[in-house]
Formats: sequence, C-alpha cells, structure tokens
Amino acid sequence: MDKILRIDMGSSGGPKCTVSDLGGYAGFGGRAMTSAIVAQEVPPLCHPLGAENKLVIAPGLLSGTIAAMSGRLSIGCKSPLTGGIKESNAGGQPAQVLARLGYAAIVIEGKPAGDDLYKILIHKDGVAITADNSLKMMLNYDLVAKMKQEFGEKICCISIGPAGEMKMNAASIACTDMEQRPTRHCGRGGVGAVMGAKGVKAIVLDDTGMPVRTPRDPEKFRDANKRFVEGLMKHPVTGQGLPTYGTNVLTNIMSEAGGYPTFNFQQGSFDGASKISGETLAELEKKRGANPTHGCHRGCVIRCSGTYNDKNGNFLTKQPEYETVWSHGGNCGIDDLDAIAMLDFLDDNIGVDTIEMGATIGVAMEAGIAKFGDAEAAIAMVKEVGQGTYLGRILGGGAAVAGKVFGVERVPVVKGQAMPAYDPRAVKGIGVTYATSPMGADHTAGYAVTANILKVGGYVDPLKSDGQIELSRDLQIATAAVDSTGMCIFIAFAILDQPETFQSLLDMLSACHGVSITADGVVDLGKNVLSMERDFNARAGFTKDHDRLPRFFSTEKLAPHQVTFDVKDEDLDRVFNW
Amino acid sequence: MKITVKLFATLRTDRFEQDVLHAESGTSVQQMIDMLTIPPDEAAIIFVNGRHADLRTALSDGDTLSIFPPIGGG
Ligand code: SF4
Repeated sequence: MDKILRIDMGSSGGPKCTVSDLGGYAGFGGRAMTSAIVAQEVPPLCHPLGAENKLVIAPGLLSGTIAAMSGRLSIGCKSPLTGGIKESNAGGQPAQVLARLGYAAIVIEGKPAGDDLYKILIHKDGVAITADNSLKMMLNYDLVAKMKQEFGEKICCISIGPAGEMKMNAASIACTDMEQRPTRHCGRGGVGAVMGAKGVKAIVLDDTGMPVRTPRDPEKFRDANKRFVEGLMKHPVTGQGLPTYGTNVLTNIMSEAGGYPTFNFQQGSFDGASKISGETLAELEKKRGANPTHGCHRGCVIRCSGTYNDKNGNFLTKQPEYETVWSHGGNCGIDDLDAIAMLDFLDDNIGVDTIEMGATIGVAMEAGIAKFGDAEAAIAMVKEVGQGTYLGRILGGGAAVAGKVFGVERVPVVKGQAMPAYDPRAVKGIGVTYATSPMGADHTAGYAVTANILKVGGYVDPLKSDGQIELSRDLQIATAAVDSTGMCIFIAFAILDQPETFQSLLDMLSACHGVSITADGVVDLGKNVLSMERDFNARAGFTKDHDRLPRFFSTEKLAPHQVTFDVKDEDLDRVFNW
Repeated sequence: MKITVKLFATLRTDRFEQDVLHAESGTSVQQMIDMLTIPPDEAAIIFVNGRHADLRTALSDGDTLSIFPPIGGG
C-alpha cells in the first residue's frame, strides 16, 4: 500500500491515470488520508459538483492485512450536502481488496466534457477506464450483476445508482459485501453525487494474484491480532450483543430512555418500538430462514450484520441497521418491519443514504405530503426518488432542501445534514457531537450514546449538560483516529472498557508499520485529522454559528422527560480547544 | 405496590418481556433483580421510569423498571 492512483476524468482525449508514491501523505490511511488530500488539494470555495472537487477513496492503515475488523473504506470530498469537508465510511470488501492491490488512495479528479458514463477496472496488471453508456440509470443490484458477468465472480464493486447520476444530495456510494451484494454504503453527505459528477458509475476491483499485506513484524502482528480478537470476543457487546441482535438492539433502549426521535422529532418514545426492535427482527429473520449474524467483510469477527428474507423466505435486503429502522420506522411513525426492509432495499438499489432519506420523508410527512405511519406512501416516495420525478428530486435533495421547499420549521439538520436516531435533547452528549462535528450531524463522529445511555466507557447523565463537552471531544478525537486505521468503529465498545484490548490495537499498528505507536500518538493523529477538517471548513466559510443545533431543540420540550438542548453556545465553542 | 417490569434482549430467555409484579413498598432495584434471578453482571443498564437508576434505587408504586443486559450498536 505504497502508491496513490490519480484518475483525471477531465483530461483532453479521455480519462488519464497516473500513479505516484505517497509523498507527503505517507503514514496516513482512511479518514486521515481522505481529509488530508481534500484539505490540501481541493479549493474550499469550489462547487462540490465541479471539476475542482476531488473524490478520494482510501482503505485504512491496517486494511488488507489479516487484522480482524480492518475492512472499512473511507471516501472523502467537499460535500454537496453540507458544503464542508466529508468523510463517509462503509464496510464491505473494497477496502481489503484495494489495499491488497497496493493503493493507499484513489483520487478521482476533473470532470469529463461530455455526458459519457465510465466504468473503471483495477486489477493486478493495471487500470482500465472505459465509457459504457449502457450502464446509465442502472440500479445498484443490476449493475453489480452486469459487472460480475463481464469481469468474473471474484470482483468487488464501488458504485452509484441513479441517485448519484442525478447528483442528488442524498446519493450514496455502494460497496459490495462478501456475497457481492451492494449493501454497504458510504451514505452520508452526498458522496454519490460527486462520483456522478465525475462521470464514474462503477469501480470494479479484482485482487486475484495479489497477496495479503505483510506487516513489518509478522510475528508480533499475529500475536497482537490474536489478543485483539480475544478482547472483542470477551466483551459482552462485541462478543454477544452485536452478533445476536445487530445494531437494532438499540430501538427498545432508546425508546425506553425517551431519546428516540419519533414523528420527525416531535416526541422521544415510540409506541411501536417493540414491533420493530432488534429482538423482534432477529426472531423474524430466524423464522424466515435468514441469518441474523453476518459480517459485512472478510475478517469481521463481531458480525453485527445479517440478512432479511421476505414473507416467502427469499432474500430481500441486508438486516436493516438501527439507523435505518429508526429513520424509515419510528421517525415516520411506521412500525412494519417488512415495509422498513423494503425501504432499505430501495435505498441501496437507488443509491441513497437511508438516514437522510428517512429524515426527509419525516419532514415531508410533517408537511402533510403523506400521513405519519403511511408505509405505502413512504415506499412510493422513495421510488419517485429513483425515477427522478419532480417530487423525487426534491426528496433526493435531503431534509434541509425538502424542509425549505415544503415550508417546515422542524427540520433536524446540522450543516445541512440530517440527524440520526438519537434526540439531542435527551442524549445531550450526542447533541454536542451533532453540533460541532466538521461532518454535520453525524452520530458516528463522536458516539456519546456509549456513556450517555449504554454505560460503556463510563457514565455521563444524558439529561444534564455537565460533562458532555469533554465526552464528545474525547470521542471525536478517538473516532477520527480509529476511522484512519480501517477498523470498524464498533471495536470502540471493547477498547473503551478494556485497556488491554486498546493496547493490542496499538501493538498491531506498531507491528504493521514498524514504528512504535503509543496512545498519545493515536490522540495526536485524531486531533490532527479534526484540525485539518475544521481548517477546510473555515476556509469554506463555516463559523462557530454553524456549530449549533436548529433552534427548535432549545425552544420545544421533548416528551417524556420534558427536556430541551441546553448546552451553552460558549461551551460548544470549547469542544476543539485542546 | 405494583411495578411494571420490562426485560430486554437475552434477559427475556426463560423469563418474560413485560409483566406487572407485586412487591413490598420500599423494595429496591437490587431486590427485584434477585427476585428475577438475573445474575448481577447481566443487569447492566437499568431504567426506572426512563431514567438511569442503580441497584440501590428504591421503587415506588406504579414505577416502570426496565432492565437491559450489556448492549451496543450505532
Ligand atoms: S461489526 Fe458490523 S459494521 Fe462492523 S465490520 Fe462487522 S458487520 Fe461490518
């Protein structure tokens, strides 16, 4: 993993590739790599869909090795949704394969003059870029089937659906899982629209003939990985809870805690929670012969994912994540798992972010476009997004756009990006993260739900403002570092509680790169990443006034606890003072 | 007094999802957990009326007690 592949889509005479060494980007991976390249090379005031923006795709520092959990892929650019820097990250196979092919990053630059659509094949013998207009407006599942026909069974794909081609703000980039299904998405921030603007429909990767990446010190590495896996297996969340129930185990607890945004953030618990909970979902999956314990990429030992079969026992979609079950479920007053699974499938196929899409439908329901609880109307709306009807294009623009068009006051976004499945009034730590993350409202950027609700890594009362700034700061720093390793963020449950598991991760990083990496080094990396991102945003015109939640969170009380978001503005401004 | 008890995830196995139990007034969360034969490390997250509680919390008539094993997601 010692080279960068640059593809200039705007070169006269057709797309042109160059391969270079890492230069100043040596030592970076994942989010550190994408954010460094974007911060350094993209003019902050450029139009996100213009030729000056760059789409950077990077495996993590440990991707491609035998390290468990190391298959997360980072995709970065200037976001069409937020107007700021973006790193969106997904599982699936591509990170491992890209790393084994030797690339620390692919940078897609420029913009083709015509409207040809391209596919890019990367394998051990090089790169082939071909115009293929037969792929236009193809859905993700059909596209992957076609790529397999053309390039064989061993490939994996990074692709966009029609939403990306239409350059919608909610457009995602799909990554195929172990079974080559386009189910894992770099969802947030409209990265799919940037890929669409570059005229790239699919990147097909094939690592046939390439070895597993060898660490500098293979023996130490193997030993550290063994201790790391043992630690993950030992912790009750990563060893038991996540494999058995998946992320959707959170539905019940968030609703019990009064922090489950319901009916577009009107109340904090949902009467239908039990019907769509992780417990119910796992049981239904088993009954229908699906698999509730499945890894999204080779080497995942936590396996929080699963598969979902329809009433007839046929595969419909992956096990919908908690965020999706919330956004399309409780947030829209829908308590029907089959409808939610259908929406998950449609989102993946069209190529849109499930969080943004569900939040947008919630806003549309508030505006009276459909009634809360009307699952059929929600499905029809997502289909319109895929068809690109006028309504579909508005909805595909995301919650902030839809809120403006439909005249809605209660629009749950920060920096233009929709909030995920935790109400910031009743989970104040996550509210601090939503407000201040350079990514816009993003739960993964500093997942304070751990200490606020789950009592992992300590306890900070979710209903009080005390301690939330420090909690969010520490988690944002740690997350920026973990996102750079290629590790799935769910390892955090174990490394926050078990110092020896954190140490095994440090040992693995050290053995991989032949340098000594300490806890302080990891903290410095996290701070460095956040500083680069915030600096980009400042140059793009963001001020402290953008690090705020929408006003209604301070003025409208949330039932059942009757709380508002009352963390002070001057405290929010302290998050990045370190 | 009457306490509504809700159990989640693995705690439901061989127990129940939701039930109304009778207890003497002043019963603590710890005593309820013992009554339900839930091993201490499995009662990881405890809510009384939607607020975090601990083992010493004394229950009052009409309370809802929700008990979760260690879980996580995101
Ligand atoms: S824990 Fe879940 S999200 Fe993380 S790598 Fe495994 S399957 Fe993917």
